[in-house]
Amino acid sequence: MLSCYRVLDLTNERGFICGRALSDLGADVIKIERPGGDPARSIGPYYRDTVHPEKSLYWFAFNGNKRSITLDIERADGQEILKKLVKTADVLIESFEPGYMDTQGLGYSVLSQINPMMVMTSISSFGQKGPYREYKASEIVLWALSGMMYMVGDPDRPPLLSSYPHAYLFGAMQGAIGTVVALYQREMIGRAQQVDASALMSLAWATGPEVQATWELFRQIFKREGRMRLRTGTGVRTPILWRCKDGDVGFFMLLGVNFVKANAALVEWIESDGMDSGIMGNLDWKKVGWDEITEDVACQINAILTKFFSRHTKQELHEGAIKRGIQIVPALTAKETREFPQLAARGYWVEIEHPELETTVTYPGGFVKSTEMTCGIRRRAPLIGEHNEEIYKKELGLSAEELMVLKQSGII
Amino acid sequence: MQGSPFEGIKVLEFCWAGVGPFSLNNLAYYGAEVIKIETALRPDITRTGAPYKDNIPGLERSAYFAWTHPVKKYDITLNLNHPRGIEIAKRLVARADVVGESFTTGKMEKFGLSYEDLKKIKADIIMFRTCAHGKTGPLSAQPSTGFSLTTLSGFNSMCSWPDRPSSPVSAPYTDFIAPLFGGLALVAALDYRRRTGKGQCIDLSQHEAVMNFATPIMLDYDVNQRELTSMGNQCAYAAPHGPYRCKGEDRWCAIAVFTDGEWDRFCNVIGNPAWTKDQKFGTLLSRVKNRHELDALVEEWTINFNTEEVMVMMQAAGVPAGVVSNAQDLFEDPQLRHYHHFHELDHPAMGTCGFYQGPGFRLSEADYEVNRPPLLGEHNEYVYTKILGISDDDFVKWMQDGVFE
Repeated sequence: MLSCYRVLDLTNERGFICGRALSDLGADVIKIERPGGDPARSIGPYYRDTVHPEKSLYWFAFNGNKRSITLDIERADGQEILKKLVKTADVLIESFEPGYMDTQGLGYSVLSQINPMMVMTSISSFGQKGPYREYKASEIVLWALSGMMYMVGDPDRPPLLSSYPHAYLFGAMQGAIGTVVALYQREMIGRAQQVDASALMSLAWATGPEVQATWELFRQIFKREGRMRLRTGTGVRTPILWRCKDGDVGFFMLLGVNFVKANAALVEWIESDGMDSGIMGNLDWKKVGWDEITEDVACQINAILTKFFSRHTKQELHEGAIKRGIQIVPALTAKETREFPQLAARGYWVEIEHPELETTVTYPGGFVKSTEMTCGIRRRAPLIGEHNEEIYKKELGLSAEELMVLKQSGII
Repeated sequence: MQGSPFEGIKVLEFCWAGVGPFSLNNLAYYGAEVIKIETALRPDITRTGAPYKDNIPGLERSAYFAWTHPVKKYDITLNLNHPRGIEIAKRLVARADVVGESFTTGKMEKFGLSYEDLKKIKADIIMFRTCAHGKTGPLSAQPSTGFSLTTLSGFNSMCSWPDRPSSPVSAPYTDFIAPLFGGLALVAALDYRRRTGKGQCIDLSQHEAVMNFATPIMLDYDVNQRELTSMGNQCAYAAPHGPYRCKGEDRWCAIAVFTDGEWDRFCNVIGNPAWTKDQKFGTLLSRVKNRHELDALVEEWTINFNTEEVMVMMQAAGVPAGVVSNAQDLFEDPQLRHYHHFHELDHPAMGTCGFYQGPGFRLSEADYEVNRPPLLGEHNEYVYTKILGISDDDFVKWMQDGVFE
């Protein structure tokens, strides 16, 4: 879909997935690394736990499909080469500290003169302007400021961070959307523009309507409640996650016209399991809403379900729920995700060769299926400067001698 | 500013709940004309979900629906179980560029509105389809919400103390991840069509899309057979690292000290108390090893200040820190305000609310537009008589026949 576009990718982990997502849709993405390799190659986990710049699984994950060249853009020769690359590029993505490109003489005002049709996408923690522009961020800082952290964790302990860092992915994906909007618009207005994507804005949105509306409508603050969740506008709580025999299942009981059948089926299931459905058997699912359910009734429902779930495995509950159209789902581990029949049935997993490791690695497949293309990973992430020759010699026309000099002086 | 990129693009929204509208909103923010097709016979589930204005349920009173539709949309009610309803839907398709749908798999086929059907009406149509599991496979028609998918995909298991069961993220989190991929695919499809004249059908399995956020976890399992370990608030290569209690009730400031330089500056900010010179905290490795003792000492300092004060002092010294924002803090956050992240809009039933948001990026040549959410069937007359040119007589007659329910 985007195979006619060339993207120069100067991002670090704040922006990797932007270029990766564009490349999944076909774009030719050239990752520009500093000589010696991108510092983000030190982010774990690693292939067979070997700490090595060519074995970072984090790097593999978000740089697949890309080609790599090395280039020191802080030196004059490096900057000249970057400017040559800009001439034929459709997009440049960067995720340095705001203002860094300007200090290098590579800001949008300079690059847009070289190629006014090139979209420049800046991905940052907080945005290119504003009071936090110079602030230092990290995963926990973004998770905190966005409002995500405050609402996760147990009430008797501090707010809780995700053990899997992913806050930056939100801003980088918004950057990808903005990039393609700008590419679309450039044909209409005859020139490109700047995209300013912010992880903070993108993640703040993901706190969602309940957290935000509880404040806006009632001036109440949505609190972390462990596995429980307050049914907004009521005083009752129900769990989101439940313990079963071999792990957790998710069931967030929804009431209302759309869930009458499912809730009736759940009662029947509990009874056919030899359990007393108690108060649940007496509720009229056609009529009852959370606002009419008392705390006492909610506690009774929770107790019945806690007992019911604890008698079964994740798989039993999921299979039974599928048959009955109930939304009880297992909290899948990575192993179970790999074995999940629906993903397998759609041919989701993609085996990619890593010749240097003499193995193949299985990757998650494309994020959409399209009738016009196969979206997703096509080849492994590049080695450090793997495409220097291909790009500098064949595409930029540098001579072997020039390449040698640039290499020896540490510019590429 | 150069006008709206998608001006003139016409979108039909056969969507309910979150992911469909969130994906299509990317087009509406930038000028596309969106017609949302609803039915009063089975309202959008976000219209029937709390929180409600004044806690009083009502189809126009749900903040869930309002929050999901902060853009200009024409809203019509159309009974697709009525033969005339289908005929009208097809007339709308004939003038559309994009048809989005997020109904249970099989519904559109039942209505005679499959991709094959749509192509016959409009050869270069872009059809965007989304559901939890995708449009093929054994679970294609399985009902799901963002709450269940957030558990299924593992996102509810990512926050956990080592000694306790995991704490879910308190939101239908994947509803906010899948549309990032859906929105990107949609915009790319429009660009592709502009260049090639070709439409397409896009199938966004929300499970498949959101697992693209978790690729390192899946690779770690594939290569090392490892599952994600619970880290609590710890980071293997930073200390102090975590939320630290500040003055006030349930107030916290996150601080993250990675390098020796940051540690020195951190110590300066807290006034270099004697314990900071202790060898136990002299190197990153020793700080990480003695993190629990360190955390307690840090908190003895942070507890004397407001969370904002701690953040500002730390950041002034170049130490990563941030308020653990609650909902009120979010609306008052100076950076979000600077970007005009939240918009206040008036709505006949919701009153004035300030939770309406645009995209997570800004363009230098195009402004996004926000607009109050549409009412159910608010634009029936306009769309049916003005846009489609249905005569007033037919409009009234068909209304009485239940076509526009």
